[in-house]
Amino acid sequence: MAAMPRNDLLLFLGFTLVVLAMPIWLQPFGAAYPDLLQRFMIFGIFAVGFNILFGLTGYLSFGHAAFFGVGSYAAVWSFKLLSLDVIPALIFAIVVSGVFALVIGFISLRRSGIYFSILTLAFAQMSYNMAYSVLTPITNGETGLQLTLSDPRYLDRAIFEAVPGQPVPTLLGQSLGGFAGFYFCAGFLIIAFFIAQRITGSPFGMMLKGIKTNQTRMHYTGFNTKPYTLAAFVISGMYAGLAGALLAVTDPLAGAERMQWTASGEVVLMTILGGAGTLVGPVIGAWLIKYFENIFSAINDSILRRFFDFLPDGVDSAMVTVASKFVGEGWFLTLGLVFVIIVIFLPGGIMEGVRRIAHLFNRAPKAPGKANPQPQPAE
Amino acid sequence: MSQPNVVLHVADVHKRFGGLHALADIDLQVEEGQTHAIIGPNGAGKSTLLNVIIGKLAPSSGQVVFDGASLTGRKPYQINQLGIARVFQTPEIFAELSVLHNVMIPALAKRDGAFKLNMFRSLESEIGIRQEAEDMLEDVGMLGRRDMAAGSLSRGDKRRMELAMCLIQHPRLLLLDEPTAGMSRHDTNTTIELLKKIKSRGMTKVIIEHDMHVVFSLADKISVLAQGRIIADGTPDQVRGNPKVQEAYLGGAH
Repeated sequence: MAAMPRNDLLLFLGFTLVVLAMPIWLQPFGAAYPDLLQRFMIFGIFAVGFNILFGLTGYLSFGHAAFFGVGSYAAVWSFKLLSLDVIPALIFAIVVSGVFALVIGFISLRRSGIYFSILTLAFAQMSYNMAYSVLTPITNGETGLQLTLSDPRYLDRAIFEAVPGQPVPTLLGQSLGGFAGFYFCAGFLIIAFFIAQRITGSPFGMMLKGIKTNQTRMHYTGFNTKPYTLAAFVISGMYAGLAGALLAVTDPLAGAERMQWTASGEVVLMTILGGAGTLVGPVIGAWLIKYFENIFSAINDSILRRFFDFLPDGVDSAMVTVASKFVGEGWFLTLGLVFVIIVIFLPGGIMEGVRRIAHLFNRAPKAPGKANPQPQPAE
Repeated sequence: MSQPNVVLHVADVHKRFGGLHALADIDLQVEEGQTHAIIGPNGAGKSTLLNVIIGKLAPSSGQVVFDGASLTGRKPYQINQLGIARVFQTPEIFAELSVLHNVMIPALAKRDGAFKLNMFRSLESEIGIRQEAEDMLEDVGMLGRRDMAAGSLSRGDKRRMELAMCLIQHPRLLLLDEPTAGMSRHDTNTTIELLKKIKSRGMTKVIIEHDMHVVFSLADKISVLAQGRIIADGTPDQVRGNPKVQEAYLGGAH
């Protein structure tokens, strides 16, 4: 591997620093506790992987939660059958979700555009329904797949006697509770980001962008585009599987709802909100959605009543009634509104907003207020 | 003199769309190193013929033979890998990518083939390909615009860049679909000069063109297409004097 270009290296180091320091700089936001931080990492990985498919090739999958769910189930099965150690679980989950993505991708990629999206959605819903019904022996249906004391764990038992007590996933014997779990997941997010960065900056990544921009030209230029899109699909499926497995590490219970279409839609929202096609955008999108989900869904009527207490009687209860529709269970209403606003005013997501502001600062001293149609630099 | 080497042979090709006989009994031989122009009034079937050659349309009967290999049933990317490149009537480019990357992509296709999973190699380390692309851009006079997004280029520049994208693959056969359509006189002349320059390198070209000025300054051989049939075939002088050609062109004007 050749040395990284300077800008890429700076971006990577900056990203690493921001991630590792999260327990510190998220303190004032009240988000610096391990459970939430782990979710930031996990959904960051999910979004980074999704962006390799959607951001680079332009193929919009509405079924990536299926790979996420498969990753979770595979990890829990590895805990049950092989070992409580997380390393075999993660490898197993990545391989299984990769194979699953290969099959679904091979079929779905026969079509493009909206038909591709519908096919992926259909496959994901099929997986979700099967997990609830015929696949109950594997998925344990509605109850969800759990660890029990009587699990065989052949690998563990071959090496040492079963440890009594509640089975919990470990890394080489170390517990992954609290901040250890966060740093474990953070390590994977950093690796995931690094790989995504390499892919984006490689000839392969440029071909994916070529496919997004003009597939016809790619054909007449001598490229067989199918294996390129399939490779991108499988890679992003493996990312989703890794994310799902990490969720099973922090909470070893896999349920079918992780595969539902709302979960697939969520990663689409994260990517578009942050900025599809950019490297950090999807991660920021994932963090923001998970952060606000955490805040908004925790607010209930009594908190709202205290908040609007300063208003005169009658008005305050009206405000509480209106506002309560947007919090708690109604958090998705807020998310939808934010999404509509972003797509209308900032179609390139938050990263486009950042670029616009940077552009404003760069150009302001030279030609103030002059809308010069500067040839825009390519990505 | 030895027998001229036929690079492209369109043999007895017919193409029907339902009841419409778009191409009938087309027989065309393009010799190595020559510039072969296909002219004809609108709706004569010129674009259909080009699409049959490049593999976008399958002929209803007959076949296209390139360098001894039949092109029938091959996909566009396979046909390109055999050494045929195409310039479109409306430039097909990668609008969101930089001019340099637009030209690097075909160079990579030439070097790496139809698919290569080289995702851990940095694009920055492709110094050879980059140099090749920059030389090519210099050749077409566009090196100064190398970092611009291709979509923001002027129409004439888009065409020149598309030409560079084809030329960097050193194709054995270059198909040009109205390469000067919609260009100013100045841009047209620049393009003619450029195409003459390629010709001196011995590249075989099939060119579809409306502009007679372009055709007569470039072509070694001309085939005239009217209503799906070749009505005349020969050197520019032979075609110019052919009464059938004059009728086909003037007949439509009445």
